[in-house]
Amino acid sequence: MSENNENNVTGLGGSSAEWPLWEVFVRSSRGLSHVHAGSLHAPDATMAVRNARDLYTRRNEGTSVWVVPSEAVTASDPDSKGGYFESAQGKSYRHATYYTKSEGVKHL
Amino acid sequence: MSFASHDSATKQSAGNAITAEDIREGGSKAPEDVARYALYLGDDALMLAQRLGWWIARAPELEEDIALANIALDLLGHARFFLTYAGSAWGKTEDDLAYFRDEEEFRSCRLVEQENGDFGQTIARQLIFSFYQYELYRRLVRSSDPTLAAIAEKALKEVEYHQDHASQWILRLGLGTEESKRRVQDGLHYMWPYVDELFHDDELIESLGDVAVLPSSLRADFDRRIAEILDEAGLDVPDVAGAYGGDRSGEFSEQRGHILAEMQVLARQHPGATW
Repeated sequence: MSENNENNVTGLGGSSAEWPLWEVFVRSSRGLSHVHAGSLHAPDATMAVRNARDLYTRRNEGTSVWVVPSEAVTASDPDSKGGYFESAQGKSYRHATYYTKSEGVKHL
Repeated sequence: MSFASHDSATKQSAGNAITAEDIREGGSKAPEDVARYALYLGDDALMLAQRLGWWIARAPELEEDIALANIALDLLGHARFFLTYAGSAWGKTEDDLAYFRDEEEFRSCRLVEQENGDFGQTIARQLIFSFYQYELYRRLVRSSDPTLAAIAEKALKEVEYHQDHASQWILRLGLGTEESKRRVQDGLHYMWPYVDELFHDDELIESLGDVAVLPSSLRADFDRRIAEILDEAGLDVPDVAGAYGGDRSGEFSEQRGHILAEMQVLARQHPGATW
């Protein structure tokens, strides 16, 4: 894949190889976390930051942008959603509201 | 003079940068000679915006499509500022000046009217023009005309990005493949005869003193910075003679008519049309 991309960074070669995909994270203001905004294609990381600026921060949304190669993201398996996430159902003791307040405890 | 800021109720405000409406409603009337100078600057931006707009839906990738469209829109914004201000001298609107002047009444330089060619040729023109415009606006912020200074201040930040965009691509095309290097070098060669005109002083500019920036005063910085980036990209500064004529006198390139035909047709067929 990387060889194809090297040949196609100019976009002029007529090669069908596409630019690699990048995931974009934008921090909207100081103190907040970077939040996933979407994805884009770019020939390399430097250009990906530029493209992210054009695509995702045109209306003053951002103070900082991260780009991450999409292939570097390891995701949970959507087909095993049950085993991953639904097993939390019924385990209400994982929530603070499950517990009753001890007598004499104020301000809780 | 003060320019009202339009603070948005939402968190994402457009800031308090100058807008074309500020200039129109601010009521300051440009002196005749300043207005003629503003036409030089506005027409350059307008022609290049129109040229770059051609790339929409034609760029090598969707992302680059948007990048070029963004730059075109920035330039269109500059054109609106300058033409609105220029028009105030003659009781004309930005639209009167953009859509209802004929070929010989425009004052754009020939560089911005040159054909897009391939992507390499367009990037070559972007590099030359953004580096020139950066040197110009960087000095125009100190113009003794407060409106020109305010426009330059707003536009300078955008041009910094245009320079960066062009530089990044010059490096990638120059250091990419044999084919990309050949094409961008050809593009530079194609555009280079129109570089001299950018730095030509004329009587109008010389008579304006502190209002305007002498184009010849930009040349040394332009040449040095262009040489640096082309050297880094492994490209040569073209050694070609400047094209004859031009000088914003009303002589113009054959391409201007084609650009205007496309740009003006709607406004002329349906005057006053809105949507």
